Amino acid sequence: MFDNFGMQAAAAEIFLIATICVVLLVDVFLSDSKRWITYALSLLTLAGCAWMTLSYGVNERVSAFSGMYVADPMGDVLKLFSYATVAVSFIYARDYLQRRALFKGEYFVLGLVALLGIMVMISAGNLLTVYLGVELLSLSLYAMVAFDRESTVAAESAMKYFVLGAIASGMLLYGFSIMYGIAGTLQLDELAVELRSVESPIGLVFALVFIIAGVAFKFGAVPFHMWVPDVYHGAPTPVTLFIGAAPKISSFVLAVRVLAEGLDSLVANWQDMLIVISVLSMAIGNIVAIAQTNLKRMLAYSTVSHVGFILLGILAGTNDGYRAAMYYTFAYVIMSVGSFGMILLLAREGFEADRIDDFRGLNRKSPWFAAVMLMLMFSTAGVPPFIGFWAKVEVIAAVLDVGLAWLAALAVLFSVIGAFYYLRVVKVMYFDEPTDTVDIQAGGTLRAVLSLNGLAVLVLGIVPSVLIDLCVRALP
Amino acid sequence: MIRQSVLLTIVLAPLIAAILAGVFGRFIGRRGAHTVTIAGVAISFVLSAWVLKLLLVDGAPPVNEAVYTWLVSDNIRMEVGFLVDRLTALMMVVVTFVSLCVHVYTIGYMHDDPGYQRFFSYISLFTFSMLMLVMANNFMQLFFGWEAVGLVSYLLIGFWYTRPSAIFANLKAFLVNRVGDFGFLLGIAGVVYFTGSLDYQTVFEQRELIAANTMQIIPGIEWQAITVICILLFIGAMGKSAQVPLHVWLPDSMEGPTPISALIHAATMVTAGIFMVARMSPLFELSEVALSTVLVVGATTAFFMGLLGMVNNDIKRVVAYSTLSQLGYMTVALGVSAYSAAIFHLMTHAFFKALLFLAAGSVIIGMHHEQDMRKMGGLKKYMPITYWTALIGALALVAFPGTSGFFSKDAIIAATAAASIPGATYAYWCVLLGVFVTAFYTFRLIFMTFEGPERFRTDAHGHHDSHTPHESPWVVTVPLIVLAVPSLVIGWLTVQPVLFGDYFGTAIFVEAAHDTVARVAETFHGPGAFSLHALLTVPFWLMVAGVATAWVFYVKKPELPSQIAARLGPLYKLLENKFYFDELYQAVFARGSRRLGSVLWRAGDVALIDGAIVNGSAHVVGWFSGVLRRLQSGYLYHYAFAMIIGLSALLAWYVLR
Repeated sequence: MFDNFGMQAAAAEIFLIATICVVLLVDVFLSDSKRWITYALSLLTLAGCAWMTLSYGVNERVSAFSGMYVADPMGDVLKLFSYATVAVSFIYARDYLQRRALFKGEYFVLGLVALLGIMVMISAGNLLTVYLGVELLSLSLYAMVAFDRESTVAAESAMKYFVLGAIASGMLLYGFSIMYGIAGTLQLDELAVELRSVESPIGLVFALVFIIAGVAFKFGAVPFHMWVPDVYHGAPTPVTLFIGAAPKISSFVLAVRVLAEGLDSLVANWQDMLIVISVLSMAIGNIVAIAQTNLKRMLAYSTVSHVGFILLGILAGTNDGYRAAMYYTFAYVIMSVGSFGMILLLAREGFEADRIDDFRGLNRKSPWFAAVMLMLMFSTAGVPPFIGFWAKVEVIAAVLDVGLAWLAALAVLFSVIGAFYYLRVVKVMYFDEPTDTVDIQAGGTLRAVLSLNGLAVLVLGIVPSVLIDLCVRALP
Repeated sequence: MIRQSVLLTIVLAPLIAAILAGVFGRFIGRRGAHTVTIAGVAISFVLSAWVLKLLLVDGAPPVNEAVYTWLVSDNIRMEVGFLVDRLTALMMVVVTFVSLCVHVYTIGYMHDDPGYQRFFSYISLFTFSMLMLVMANNFMQLFFGWEAVGLVSYLLIGFWYTRPSAIFANLKAFLVNRVGDFGFLLGIAGVVYFTGSLDYQTVFEQRELIAANTMQIIPGIEWQAITVICILLFIGAMGKSAQVPLHVWLPDSMEGPTPISALIHAATMVTAGIFMVARMSPLFELSEVALSTVLVVGATTAFFMGLLGMVNNDIKRVVAYSTLSQLGYMTVALGVSAYSAAIFHLMTHAFFKALLFLAAGSVIIGMHHEQDMRKMGGLKKYMPITYWTALIGALALVAFPGTSGFFSKDAIIAATAAASIPGATYAYWCVLLGVFVTAFYTFRLIFMTFEGPERFRTDAHGHHDSHTPHESPWVVTVPLIVLAVPSLVIGWLTVQPVLFGDYFGTAIFVEAAHDTVARVAETFHGPGAFSLHALLTVPFWLMVAGVATAWVFYVKKPELPSQIAARLGPLYKLLENKFYFDELYQAVFARGSRRLGSVLWRAGDVALIDGAIVNGSAHVVGWFSGVLRRLQSGYLYHYAFAMIIGLSALLAWYVLR
């Protein structure tokens, strides 16, 4: 029966939705002291998904459900990376949630549903499937931001996120509908063929602007970035960690599926638009981050600037460029979970550790984790030999290849400005006196995974070929 | 067949040991630190010896293979790879053997030092770096090893980092080496520019191509590209191997602990320049100008640096000047295309110089960290093992017939005599007179330290010192004995194959017209005859004269030296002040660059960069940041409005355009 609709291509998704139902049911009957079962089940679910994806992995593009759904090597790589990211997010989140009486099933169930949304986007073969994935992800995230019901700040940012997200979804959908009106199809591969023969591009460009606006919102690119700092700041840190990680993969895939696959023939048009958005993101993100005293807010603006860099790769419009953007996304996700993981590591009862000042004198308290944070910050700033450096090199090389030297120069300039605020964190850790003498209270698993996370930034930087080869396999 | 895994183990064993001792030094303790590092180096040594055996006895072909491609940029492959032929294998065995001896010795020498684990970590790291350098099959890895040994040398010279003189010395070594490395890097850049490759073999295959090119450095004057490249590479060697005028760092490097003076600043690292030039022999052979330069620089170092050893009173510095002088001899050998003689001398020198240094260290331990030879004397009675081993080292250094140093040094002198390139006559006189100088300062050291009155009994205040010198513990004396054996016999055993046989095969390339070793070989009839024949030659009698003079000056009539010093006032002062090199560099380069720096700092940095660019741009960015931050008002409708504005702007621009 599986073969009829090509269902095995979607085996991981089917498995995931089935187990989500199980987790949801089991969670209802658990007392708070047994909540770890939900946590363990969620991690097992992720392992199961990985197993499904690996065993049903494909070597070439396969479509299923009448073309609504596609499976390809890129999808497999992205999905596996997403599972790992979500798993790490869950592991980092556990201590924090437990200590604040937030250790509830919602976080994990919503996280898994969000993952499902990401997977649907990754495997979308049709604009409707794309939209389905976008909404599945977004709605889960809105709820996650608000899931600390005691916090008014969280509720406020969830509200903002929801309203702005709804506007963006509307724009995206409007763009899709005009596209459908012109080309007569929602199927991405057919769209690519149809659009090549369209005479007057004016209507297309009109639709394209709306689609770009929607995509840019999901990325958090300027001027559609306003939600990013408020949501990052307002949400509980584990949620911020979650939003900052896996959804970035979905934003990347959204851009690749819609722009690179579907609207391939309009590359000249969307390249121009993305240049503007990318430059603005790098500029505003880096400059405003300097003025922040809250680490979560600073990282939010840093995200905006990194999105600018990811867009650099995409706007190159070449296979090398997409690969570079993918590599950058991976690198960014690894660094981002690490940075938020550090906040979660230091946080304790009544202490959020989300101000830059909270990192003062960390070197005295824990030289190892100060070193981990140092590696993360250096990497994020793009200092060799860390992974962030190679990511920047790749996207800048991709832009240079298509003859946009001035853009590459701007990118370098903005990363220099950006180095300032990352180095400030390092300075505070190593040269300032600690404000208190309380030791780190986080548990062993968090410490171990975070240490590996920090080392990964270094090791993958010294041996960049590991991750680059993965990207080459995904986008040959 | 030599397997890659063996080579990797040779390189990685010391690295892993260094990491264990360095990072986990606190956990594994002193005993743990020296156990892992000695084990690591011992593994390297045994495997290196095995590799040498495979190459020599079993006739395994040389290995030249890439292990890991780090990255490919513009078709230039940056790789980690190994080229292991007989030249490399010889270096590997020498490096790991001396390193092993020094590791064991360190247990005794650094016994009471708080930085014990750190020290072991550093010397193991050094062994790793040096092996990477000699085993490289490409310029990138060569440069990596080159810089890594430089770094470890820097760290070890400043090992006692609370001493201002140590910090001064390590900074000096670092800066002087920077000058050399700059040339070296330019040389590598030249190679890449003309051949587009970093791989030795590819470069050597295209050497004719480089030779066919000329380049203009000063407009209007054409230079042979190969000459420029070779001289630049040699500048690198001058820095690392301390040749005049980049020699000033080596005597000061004696601020470091004695074991590293033996390992790094005598036996191995400083010979990296010699090794590199020998490795690059296919390039150097194409440029007679470069060879002449090498020759003249080497000859100058060999003679004039030896002179300085004659007046110094610090036991380690005397040995340091002798190292300079012997490096000069090796460089002379390179200059006359006697590469095999240079490497041969490098090997024998590694043994006997490490021996002399470790013996000096043993004396320093016995004297409770006193290094001034004027406060020693008569130690023969108290430290017999140290005395006899030091004597063997001294005999090898002065080239007493039959010892290892004799074969290598006499071969160099004979090769220089046979050479005909420009500068050869000057070089011949330098190396010949150098023999007398060497004999004099070496036996001056022996006599002042081990013979004569026991001057340590009375210190400067005239009262008796209760410390009687004592022989050092076995961890110190065993390495001395182990090193004394090759110092004595290695020359006799290996001179035939290494120097005159076909030992190096294709590893070293010599043009027929330059082949001075072949001319020396015509008169060679076995080590015994060679030694006997030496009794009739000028160098032997010069050596005897040097030893005799030292005996008269320091045993027979100890008042003579000061009288002569007074008589030769200005000359003595010139030597005592080391030809004023330090003063010159201090005045011209150090002070000059500081003055230039201060001008640039005031005009450029403070006014222009700090004032206008850095603070100015920081102000602008900061101000801008503040303004933009205000846009983030927190009001939902502002955010929505921003999105609409963005959308409209995009629409307006692209649709209405």
